[in-house]
Amino acid sequence: MYKLGIDVGGTNTDAVLIDDKLNVVASVKRHTTQDVYDGILTAVRAVLEESGIDRAQIGQAMLGTTQCTNAIVERKHLAPIGILRIGAPATLGIFPMVDWAEDIKAIAVETAIIGGGFEYDGKELASFDEAAARAFFERLKAKGIRSVAISCVFSTVRDDHERRAAALCREIMGEEVHVSISSEIGSMGLIERENATILNAALYQVAETFTDGFARSLQDEGVVNADIYLSQNDGTLMTMEYARRYPILTVACGPTNSIRGASYLSQLQNAIVIDVGGTTTDLGVIQNGFPRESSVAVTIGGVRTNFRMPDVISIGLGGGSIVRELPDGTVTVGPDSVGYEITKKALVFGGSVCTATDIAVRLGMTQLGDGSRVAHLSEEFAKKAMEAITELVEDSVDAMKVSSEDVDIILVGGGSIVLPESLEGAAAVIKPAIGGVANAIGSAISKVSGNYEKLVDYLVTPRGQALEEAKAEAIEMAVGAGAIRETVEIIDMEDVPLQYYPGNTNRVKIKAAGDLA
Amino acid sequence: MRKIGVSEIEDIALGAALLGAGGGGDPYVGKLVAIGAVKECGPVTLLDPEEIPDDALVVPIAMMGAPTILAEKAIGGTEYQTLYDTVSAFYGKPIFAFMPIEAGGVNSMLPIAAAARLGLPLVDCDGMGRAFPELQMVTFTIGGGSATPMALVDEKGNSSIFRTITNKWTEELARAVTMACGGSVSVSLYAMEGKFMKEYGVKGIVTRSQTLGSAIRRVKEAVDCSPEEQFLRITEGVRLFKGKICDVLREVRGGFNFGKVLLEGIAGDKGRQAYVEFQNENLTAVADGRILATTPDLICLVDTETFQPVPTDALKYGKRVLVVGLPCFPLWRTPEGLALVGPRYFGIDTDYIPLEERCKGGADHV
Repeated sequence: MYKLGIDVGGTNTDAVLIDDKLNVVASVKRHTTQDVYDGILTAVRAVLEESGIDRAQIGQAMLGTTQCTNAIVERKHLAPIGILRIGAPATLGIFPMVDWAEDIKAIAVETAIIGGGFEYDGKELASFDEAAARAFFERLKAKGIRSVAISCVFSTVRDDHERRAAALCREIMGEEVHVSISSEIGSMGLIERENATILNAALYQVAETFTDGFARSLQDEGVVNADIYLSQNDGTLMTMEYARRYPILTVACGPTNSIRGASYLSQLQNAIVIDVGGTTTDLGVIQNGFPRESSVAVTIGGVRTNFRMPDVISIGLGGGSIVRELPDGTVTVGPDSVGYEITKKALVFGGSVCTATDIAVRLGMTQLGDGSRVAHLSEEFAKKAMEAITELVEDSVDAMKVSSEDVDIILVGGGSIVLPESLEGAAAVIKPAIGGVANAIGSAISKVSGNYEKLVDYLVTPRGQALEEAKAEAIEMAVGAGAIRETVEIIDMEDVPLQYYPGNTNRVKIKAAGDLA
Repeated sequence: MRKIGVSEIEDIALGAALLGAGGGGDPYVGKLVAIGAVKECGPVTLLDPEEIPDDALVVPIAMMGAPTILAEKAIGGTEYQTLYDTVSAFYGKPIFAFMPIEAGGVNSMLPIAAAARLGLPLVDCDGMGRAFPELQMVTFTIGGGSATPMALVDEKGNSSIFRTITNKWTEELARAVTMACGGSVSVSLYAMEGKFMKEYGVKGIVTRSQTLGSAIRRVKEAVDCSPEEQFLRITEGVRLFKGKICDVLREVRGGFNFGKVLLEGIAGDKGRQAYVEFQNENLTAVADGRILATTPDLICLVDTETFQPVPTDALKYGKRVLVVGLPCFPLWRTPEGLALVGPRYFGIDTDYIPLEERCKGGADHV
């Protein structure tokens, strides 16, 4: 059986085929189209033709896409929703969406804060106001709303009020209503969790469109035996059904896939990954085979959330970065770029703009286009430009390192030809042969995971026992998400003592991941 | 007198998070509580301490409890009216204005929300000029002020007010009530008259927070110097160390968050080692075995790229920080002040030497 990995980026749609020993059989790169699906269709057709394999032999198909991110950032295709928060009399001081931009606030048709919620120890803060919840759902029903975001104070400790509200919602508004509940989406911190839940609710149509479209394009290409998965932002997969319920989790899967794909291609579990595109370069870290997560709150399209996101820095350097000589003789590279017009504007392609790619050709680092068109550039100028590029990258590499020891560096992405073969701070620089489609590979080889988070008083439940129980929960969650039980491993574990709580209360976070069945 | 609206709140929150010296909680929720109140009830009038009559009743507003609980429950909105009623009934006179007790992410913000919701003015003054972990660690203690009668109210409508015989009792009772009420309550404490506030308070602290916040936000606009130089210039800070966090040791004892963050030098400090010890707030900064700064001077860790303050609960392996020292409010440097918040009070066996003297000639010169 084969795995088909697809990555839909802003510029390119990549597709790769991988066999059951995880060897890359074929890979293609096609332009992303306006409607996306044509692009997927074209890429899938091309990769199937290139490999010549029997399409019925594809057992799994994985898609990584920026559709949700774009919908939020561009405020497009977001659905009108109802927002219910359970927690009064607490939380009334901060109304939902209080710090959101006006242009995206419009998605909220009806908002209410009703009685209910819990204390940190699971005691009821207030009893669940069923009458208010019913009235709220009746109002939504009358307005024809199809999607609801429900959050509740301390629902990460106890989710019963959220579940009761969700059941009422379905009872009143019908089984097909799209219900997002915060305990299934976010972690501690009501506002960030509520924000993520609201975005999730607003994305249900976007998710339906791209999951249906992906399934349809596979069907049309005769890929009929494949289980279909979507990439999540933490480097793991989810099922189609799960993606329809939690579309928000697809946000920012691109950098994650590129980091994991690079790790796979280089067979390195710990390294810094440099993904050089046409305009920007993303640097990320692979730690024990998974992307290092960012520790700061993540803002998506101006909305603060508390998602698991890869720790990535972006710099304005790419294959199309414009190279200039200043009056004082210094040479600068970027941050502006000719972008996708590189095949027209760069010197080697007959254009008139000196780009980073032209410098690489001039210095003999690569052969591309018409080399004679850069012969007039002085070697001194080209070397100065390369020094500037090297310095930009070395500074960023240093910023991503966790110790002063040299680390391995993996170079991927179409623009990686402009980087030198050796970098300061690097133990080794590895350029995988098909690094250009690292994203799609990352998508194809993703694992499935389970995340578990809970407050535990170690005086009541000793630490060792609490961690074991939490690990078991996380493993069950991974298996529930489709992982083969025998392959599931604990990939992250954290316990943080919480001040002011009675006894010895800790926040325990566990993440487990395993191979797909 | 001037008005505080949403944009001022953004800057005050950021500046106060820096002055929190590692403590004071996450400014995000506090900020939303203040913004929510101002959007609903209109901007707040900020008064200079000199604009307060000597006999007017001024009441500091704060929250007590765990910042993580505040991040779930926020506040209800009626707590401030309950506090007002409880305190003014106790004193038999109206409250003239609210004020903050400390500078920090959360407690700089809640008095703004209280002032907005009740239509009362806010005084540009607090009792620390930074954040400290314990109840008695305010300049008002030096002047003989008392934390009690202290009022505590929760979002459910429960309220209590008590007088105690010692600060230790205040702390114990307040903690017991806080836990029973769900781990996060709104409080008023150190209620005082205008005259006393003017004598012992840290004046101009709200404005200072706002100025710092606005400057941090625009630090990269500097044209004649690097962002780091600009940051040091606007904060009037002493550059203590620049490093990457290589370990964070934490321990919770008696409800406080103790710990030590170990740093490995980067850039100009490459090859050097440093650590910062904290009890909610940062207490000492030590590089290559030499003390660079101690409490009550402010030891602040900021992100090397964004210059955003990094609170102690967000310290994480691999993060790159700039450690900066800021001189404390002068009253803290008196024998009375040092008895309350000097290094020896926190069990650190060293005399207090002002930051400027310790780092004369630069933090890297022994």
